[in-house]
Amino acid sequence: MAVTNLILIETLCTHYQVEVSFIDSLSDLGLIEVQTVEEIRYLPEEKVTHLERMIRLHQELEVNPEGIDVIFNLLEKVDRLSQELAEAKNTLRRMGIQE
Amino acid sequence: MDFIDYYQTLGIDKNATEADIKKAYRKLARKYHPDVNPGDKAAEQKFKEVNEANEVLSNAEKRKQYDKYGKDWKHAEQFEKAGAGAGQGYTYRPREDTGGFGEGFSGSDYSDFFESMFGGSAGGFRQGGRSVKYRGQDFHAQLDLDIRDAYKTHQQVVTVNGEKIRLTIAAGIADGQTIKIKGKGGPGANGGPNGDLYIKFTIRNDTGFHREGDRLYANVEIDLYTAILGGEIVADTFDGKVKLKIPPETQAGTKVRLKGKGFPVYKKEGEFGDLIFTYTIKNPTNLSAEEKKLFEQLKNLR
Repeated sequence: MAVTNLILIETLCTHYQVEVSFIDSLSDLGLIEVQTVEEIRYLPEEKVTHLERMIRLHQELEVNPEGIDVIFNLLEKVDRLSQELAEAKNTLRRMGIQE
Repeated sequence: MDFIDYYQTLGIDKNATEADIKKAYRKLARKYHPDVNPGDKAAEQKFKEVNEANEVLSNAEKRKQYDKYGKDWKHAEQFEKAGAGAGQGYTYRPREDTGGFGEGFSGSDYSDFFESMFGGSAGGFRQGGRSVKYRGQDFHAQLDLDIRDAYKTHQQVVTVNGEKIRLTIAAGIADGQTIKIKGKGGPGANGGPNGDLYIKFTIRNDTGFHREGDRLYANVEIDLYTAILGGEIVADTFDGKVKLKIPPETQAGTKVRLKGKGFPVYKKEGEFGDLIFTYTIKNPTNLSAEEKKLFEQLKNLR
């Protein structure tokens, strides 16, 4: 059975030196999913990498949670468009039309 | 090794104030930060250059040293004096030790120019020197695969940073698809976990089949007589041959769908997409006088 390790929000805040309110904002915006077990809040371990990226954007580029939301949405879009572009190029190549 | 104009890197002039430097640096860092440019090697390089420029120009001592000796960086002896005079020992510590930037960013390398002048530094973008555990860097690698290999589940050994890793590549992997191998990235610092390895696949295809997802497309040529009168032909599928019935009066461009003769569906063993054939018609050439006459007759019957 797959076991999910949960990490205390307080532990994450100490470790990354961020305010709990920052985590709350990310959670309010739906950027991370905080789990509550017996009134104690946790983040699943596999989501930590994702959180780390947001913390870097916040600490290193001074981006606020709303800005992070915008960046993530745009990156998703870029990713989708790159995929579509690769497919379209592929189709053109097949049709004998070079780039 | 060339002289690097750090002022030019940040797009500022030599009289720039501390505030100007900070502003220019922040602006460029936001533009080129690896987290907003995932997988973009050019941006990553630019980010390193911007960081290096900032590290020198935002530090009063280093800036002084750079302004004074920068152009003559080859006179190493003078630098030693300059360093001693400033009373600061810049001990070399690769940037990785201060924690990487995670995905896609390998932040260990300063330019040779920087190394020769300052002997490396432990500072860098992440300031404040927190001694916390850092997860190792994620590594990104690319793997070229022939479409025939992508058709079958197979194993392949790749070498990443000197370590041999055996991969099982499931049939049906897509062009541009990335797979993640947990814990095979860079080592963590201060007891942090290893990073992950991401492998992006590029699928080469020199077959006559065009692939879109799990669908395959190909053209099949039939001669004029079979197209008009009907008949049977044998066509190549990706891994074999198939007999096709051509109905009379088949038009050029007609498509037929062969269910389950396409590409394997990724990670769904035994499931295949469809193969779509498009018929092209080959007209006879070098007609004899008699053939021409008969075609004329046919034409006049219409």
